[in-house]
Amino acid sequence: MGSHSHRVSSRWLTYGLLFLGAAFVAIPFWYMLVTSLKPQSYIFEIPPKLWPEQATLDNYTSALGRENFAIYFLNSLFVAVAATGSTMLISSLLAYAFARLKFPGKEILFYLFLLGTMIPPVMLIIPQFIIAKTITAATGGVLRLLDSLLGLIVVYVTMNLSMQTFLLRGFFEGIPRDLEDAAFIDGASRWMIFRKIILPLSRPGLAVVAISTFLYSWEEFPWAHVAIKETTRRTLPIAIALYQSAHLTQWGQVFAASIVALVPVVIVFVIFQRYFIRGIATTGLKG
Amino acid sequence: MNPTHPLRMGGVIFDNSSLEYFCKFKSMRASLRSQFSDLAPALLFILPGLALLATFIIIPMLYSLRISFYDWNIIRPELSEWEGLQNYIQALQDPIFRRAVINTLAYTLVTVPAQMILGLIVAILLNQQIRGKAGFRVIYYLPVITSWVIVSLLFEYMFSGQAGLVNYVLHDLLHITRENIRWLADPILTFVPIDLLGIWKGVGWTAIIYLAGLQGIPQHLYEAAEVDGATPFQRFRYVTLPLLRPTLVFLLVFLTIGGLNAYTSNLLITNGGDPLDLTHFVLTLMYEATFTRLDFGMGAAISYLLTIFVFLISIFQIRLLRMRTEL
Repeated sequence: MGSHSHRVSSRWLTYGLLFLGAAFVAIPFWYMLVTSLKPQSYIFEIPPKLWPEQATLDNYTSALGRENFAIYFLNSLFVAVAATGSTMLISSLLAYAFARLKFPGKEILFYLFLLGTMIPPVMLIIPQFIIAKTITAATGGVLRLLDSLLGLIVVYVTMNLSMQTFLLRGFFEGIPRDLEDAAFIDGASRWMIFRKIILPLSRPGLAVVAISTFLYSWEEFPWAHVAIKETTRRTLPIAIALYQSAHLTQWGQVFAASIVALVPVVIVFVIFQRYFIRGIATTGLKG
Repeated sequence: MNPTHPLRMGGVIFDNSSLEYFCKFKSMRASLRSQFSDLAPALLFILPGLALLATFIIIPMLYSLRISFYDWNIIRPELSEWEGLQNYIQALQDPIFRRAVINTLAYTLVTVPAQMILGLIVAILLNQQIRGKAGFRVIYYLPVITSWVIVSLLFEYMFSGQAGLVNYVLHDLLHITRENIRWLADPILTFVPIDLLGIWKGVGWTAIIYLAGLQGIPQHLYEAAEVDGATPFQRFRYVTLPLLRPTLVFLLVFLTIGGLNAYTSNLLITNGGDPLDLTHFVLTLMYEATFTRLDFGMGAAISYLLTIFVFLISIFQIRLLRMRTEL
């Protein structure tokens, strides 16, 4: 009896704490949503309201209608999709080599890629900027890496490569070798084995790579901030940050744009959260 | 090998044992061939990734090291002047740099323990048999997947001096403060929103990592402890904590690296050092040195100082915690 009532009260405590924490997490988001629905004259209203009394979509129409917002959104989408696809391809190739192939220098290469997971990304920004500038100049602008979406994509792929390679290597190593050996005896090439056996069996792992690379590329700020100066090449994080500094008090529009930028991420996350959380745990702990 | 599915090859059905024989035969042949056998396909598998790694990580790192020894001329690199350790010495003697180091360390010392403690609490709560687990997970994870740019602007707005939500709650609603606080104008108070943001954004990730660790603890250990009459606290202290040690080490190292590399929130909330360059983090100062003052050598030196420090701290933390496990 005593133990039972103890259990019940601890259950209530659990829910109470979880809801309290969830409230702390959710209130800023809620406030952002409410602010995005307020007319400009209510942005600094006192007291600030957590419920919009005169909800309006004005902020959305003006934020989305102005200053190339559609272009920024498409830029972000293009960069994120291209970086995700390339990362999936290149890191699975690497992972297969590390998991299954024998070649000289494998260990050194492995540590080289491991190094790639440990370098703080922002530290690389200066030399990456200079390298991108040099490559752009050396190819006479044919391979344009500054002020271009290509420059964002190659860097995003590189920054994700090591981590995703280690994740996939783990997945590939879990696939029974017998399948490959049988195919090998049948005369299949390495490439065939990779495409017809390894990749189809690694869908959960590839999904994790896809989601985390997409989220990273969709939100990346520091490199894009340095590499993109031309207005029409901006991605959403750059556009939103600059938009705020250009229109200091137009918070309603800033948050309308932010909400629109947030929608794809939330959709991707809610749909794939099972894969994603498993992936966070594995990449996290194996990295 | 799946024993219920004999493999059909070239019209012959191989049962389990013959397949096993074949596999052995194959692997024997494979080991007889030299290790160079896979070299050609390996090149194709590795080349694209290696090219990217070399171009955008390894060469930049070496290049950056070189730049840090020069008064680097970005327009005409060949005119750059060798300065030896001058950039490093100058940075270490610069009061703005020192202030940035203190700010960064303070941020790390506040946000890392807070995330580790709150994350553990959330993980333990979520690890129980409760309803709506997926919903809670999505909510707690929402800040993690939201762009730093968006959440930084959001916190800037909530902490704004005149009519921000936070001032309203503290002053008008709870009467804790006597007047509206100008959070963003003060070189110390401005770290309140920045630190809170760091904690708020990171707890969800920390909790997920803990959850993975918690689920790896065998249930029978808890049952055994309960049979022995251990209280919930004792079970936590003597079962959960020791078995979570690898997770704790991992989180401590990763969160510390993240804290020392904090950048976007500070850049947006303080506009890069306002007021009076007193609120920089190491990396926002690096950004300013490089892209505002165009002193690329100084920027590179600052980034190397930070990297060396991060590296040493990580090794120290891993050593320290490993040693304690052995004792």
